[in-house]
Amino acid sequence: MSIFYNRFSFRNSLKIFPNSWDLIAFIIVLGMLASFVWAGKQMTAPYQIGQTLTLSLDPHQLPKYALFTVLRLFTAMAFSLLFTFTVGTLAAKNKRAASIIIPCIDILQSVPVIGLLSITIVGFIALFHGSRLGPEAAAIFAVFTAQVWNITLSFFQSLSSVPTELKEAADMFHLSAWQRFWRLDVPFSMPGLLWNMMMSMSASWIFLIASESISVNNQTIVLPGIGSYLGLAISQASISGVIYTILTMLIVILLYDQFLFRPLLDWSKKFTFEQVSQESISRSWVTILLQQTSIFKYFGHFFGKLGDAVVNISFSKDIKKKTAFKKSSPNRLINIIWYSFITLVITVSLCLLLHFILKHLSSRELIHVLFLGSITALRVITIILIASIIWIPIGVFIGLNRRIAEWAQPIAQFLAAFPANVLFPIVVVLILKYHLNFEIWSTPLLLLGTQWYILFNIIAGTAALPEELKEVANNFGVKSWQWWHRLILPGIFPHWITGTITAIGGGWNITIITEVINWGSTTLAATGLGAYIAKSTDAGDFPRVALGMAVMSLFVLVMNHLVWRPLYNLSQSRYRLD
Amino acid sequence: MNKKPIFTVKDISKSFKKAEQQELLVLDKVNFQLYEDEIVALLGKSGSGKSTLLRIISGLSEPSSGTVTYREQTVNGPVKGMAMVFQNFALLPWLTVLENVELGLEALRVPRDERRTRSLKAIDIIGLDGFESAYPKELSGGMRQRVGFARALVINPDVLLMDEPFSALDVLTADNLKSDLLDLWETKQTGTRGILFVTHNIEEAVLLANRVIVFDSDPGSIRAELSIDLPYPRTEQNSEFRKYVDQIYSLITRQMDERKKLLLQEQLPRITDIGYRLPDADISELTGLLETLDQSEYQGHVSLPELTESLHLDVDDLFPLTEVLDILGFAQVNNGKLVLTEAGKLFANADILERKKIFAAHLLRYVPLAKHIKQVLEERRTTGQRASRERFLNELEDYLSEKEAERVLRTVIDWGRYAELFAYANNTGMLSLENPN
Repeated sequence: MSIFYNRFSFRNSLKIFPNSWDLIAFIIVLGMLASFVWAGKQMTAPYQIGQTLTLSLDPHQLPKYALFTVLRLFTAMAFSLLFTFTVGTLAAKNKRAASIIIPCIDILQSVPVIGLLSITIVGFIALFHGSRLGPEAAAIFAVFTAQVWNITLSFFQSLSSVPTELKEAADMFHLSAWQRFWRLDVPFSMPGLLWNMMMSMSASWIFLIASESISVNNQTIVLPGIGSYLGLAISQASISGVIYTILTMLIVILLYDQFLFRPLLDWSKKFTFEQVSQESISRSWVTILLQQTSIFKYFGHFFGKLGDAVVNISFSKDIKKKTAFKKSSPNRLINIIWYSFITLVITVSLCLLLHFILKHLSSRELIHVLFLGSITALRVITIILIASIIWIPIGVFIGLNRRIAEWAQPIAQFLAAFPANVLFPIVVVLILKYHLNFEIWSTPLLLLGTQWYILFNIIAGTAALPEELKEVANNFGVKSWQWWHRLILPGIFPHWITGTITAIGGGWNITIITEVINWGSTTLAATGLGAYIAKSTDAGDFPRVALGMAVMSLFVLVMNHLVWRPLYNLSQSRYRLD
Repeated sequence: MNKKPIFTVKDISKSFKKAEQQELLVLDKVNFQLYEDEIVALLGKSGSGKSTLLRIISGLSEPSSGTVTYREQTVNGPVKGMAMVFQNFALLPWLTVLENVELGLEALRVPRDERRTRSLKAIDIIGLDGFESAYPKELSGGMRQRVGFARALVINPDVLLMDEPFSALDVLTADNLKSDLLDLWETKQTGTRGILFVTHNIEEAVLLANRVIVFDSDPGSIRAELSIDLPYPRTEQNSEFRKYVDQIYSLITRQMDERKKLLLQEQLPRITDIGYRLPDADISELTGLLETLDQSEYQGHVSLPELTESLHLDVDDLFPLTEVLDILGFAQVNNGKLVLTEAGKLFANADILERKKIFAAHLLRYVPLAKHIKQVLEERRTTGQRASRERFLNELEDYLSEKEAERVLRTVIDWGRYAELFAYANNTGMLSLENPN
């Protein structure tokens, strides 16, 4: 029997008598609300530039810092969703808009935009003059740029794959654009959206240090938060500070994982489009708790009604009558003008960029940066190979054992959400102690951040292999290398490719923090594009940052088109199991 | 009797753009009317444009020329008063049965409470009581389509349009749903004044409709109309019923005969063109059909209705097979009968290797596209007798739409591989003469 949370069945049983679960749930929710309100108030307090915000390594301050950081992350997430719903929808509904928006987002998500942000800060500070909201907004914006792109892309892709029949049904029953958005578009994209939101949360933790210290007018504003705390611990070479940070992050991630994402994942299962009912539904304890409490049932009912009202808001008194067919083929002339306009804009901006870079830098530097790019590319690819060699056997083992997979999956997901770079200081201490070569040993740092995507996908791919195929292999006595070569490796290939593409995207992004590492007064830097960008960003050398970013985009695009896209197509045409 | 038309379809044509100013005509000047208190079936092969016509009537798609008038207003977008039931149900999986049914009322801004009462009533009528809070995933196909019906009927539509509503269901479920639908119609529990449905199943059309419109394909147009004057409930065993079914069969096969005549008079694209639209037919199905024909109980000939019944095939499945057998010279269709030829007999009695040889010979003789591919490959001795799939695809696209060209090429590659005329590597998309060792 399937147990579904449904809003309808308690229509007749609206008893609001609290039970013991109510108390627990109520205290938790009230506590969370109160602390967020408090933190919000702090973050909008008056503030003048030049004033320093106190930051200390005292671990008692950490809960407060954690609260600030979390509030920033979630505010940024809210804006990411807003951006996604507007820009993503625009791109999906308008081909011309998509022809600019999508390539832009594609590039933005593969380079560390954070390096370019210093320009925006002045604007935010001017906007919220005399309030701490200025620097806060700048920090939130930085987090936003680390989160938003893949969410928007996922939404766009979902919207473009809504089945025709559903679209026709929506048309046929005269749903307004607004109703259609909430009844069809958003629910259809929900699973992908949620998954990408979770990935983005981890991505934003990684750039936390960078986003919580802001340079403006040659002075650095440090906003209290976990990231800035870690930054302070690193600059004072305080191992205890790093350990406190790690502990705090573990707790914070555990909390929002359990209280937010697990219940949301439970809930999002009803949006998967497959028409088959799933057998086992593992549910998070928070979901169960919420379902047991009668007050929350009541709230659920209330929110159901509210949601209903929102979806059915009428913007005009009469239902608009469609008077003409949607133009199926847009005007060719306008298309030609539009695309030549875009081409012109792109060419001009490329020329300007090149001019700007060459005015400040020699062409020899350009060649040097290309060389740095190849070194970093080599590192990224090495890391993918190493991660695959390590995780394919382990992932296959986990995937084949359903019972192990059941408890290993959440742990792996949790570890993936944990930003690897807080562990960097520890690695640095080891490198310094044993006098290791950072050119080589900066590579494992990259591994820490990217390996999980590969592991997830291998587990998922192995679990998705049809039982029949495994039985056939058994039946014919297929063993050892033949078993890997003929069954497992081809079987998980599509999943491995998906994982690798994600890992590579993340890998390029985090090279700016893995190739340069500070510890106290020591700085370790490897040769590479990431280090080049990081150093230029620190020095505020805008032409070099721009050059570095441009070269990185170039590498990412070229590699995507020449290597990953063809491999992905191959995996879809030849190795897909269905 | 002076009947009032609900909608009028006037000179509807529809063509899809192909590359380079070529147009593919799918509907050619279609005219008909749906009158009040009438169920009309649009019967035709798949790909004959009947679903496109349904979408044009409903306002979902725009005709290239011609007009649809519904109750004195021109249709230029989805019209209120029409509701549609979809082939694959088109339910929103994240909404419960009740919420799915409420969807159309929501769009009409019906207040929440009224919405609920009306939906519950519709669910009641359609026999979904007790499933209000279930999600579509939990339901069987038949139950899902009931939700589709409830959702359409709850808005109390003037006309109900149905796009092959029973084709995704198994036979028993479909029968059950059909009789329930007729009950609703007979007892006038809804305000629906007319039903138009699309089907490729002859029995289904005769079972439900007052009038059957037989659709011709390439391009889609009305071939014939037939009134079914039988009282409900109708049974398939009834001799009157069988008479109607046979009548429609002969209408359709006559249509095929006439096509052949036109072919001989060179008024249609000839089979000898490489652009001939080869029907989809699987080798094992062709072989199976030939073997069946050769069995002692048929003695080499059988009437088509009998064949569909004994093989449990739809017309849609059968006609491509008979057409291919006809093209390849293994069997002939005459007056609604399928007759095995000498070559067909030979094939049916041969062993696997022999069959391949016979098939190869017939393929080269009767299917110009296969011969053409073979020739091109042979000419390319210098380049290792290989040619890309794209090359032939481009050639075919001069005659056919992109999708059709792909389908035809896939079919001919399939046949050629079976006949061992040429080999094909899916990875590289290369056709070649040599076989992998």
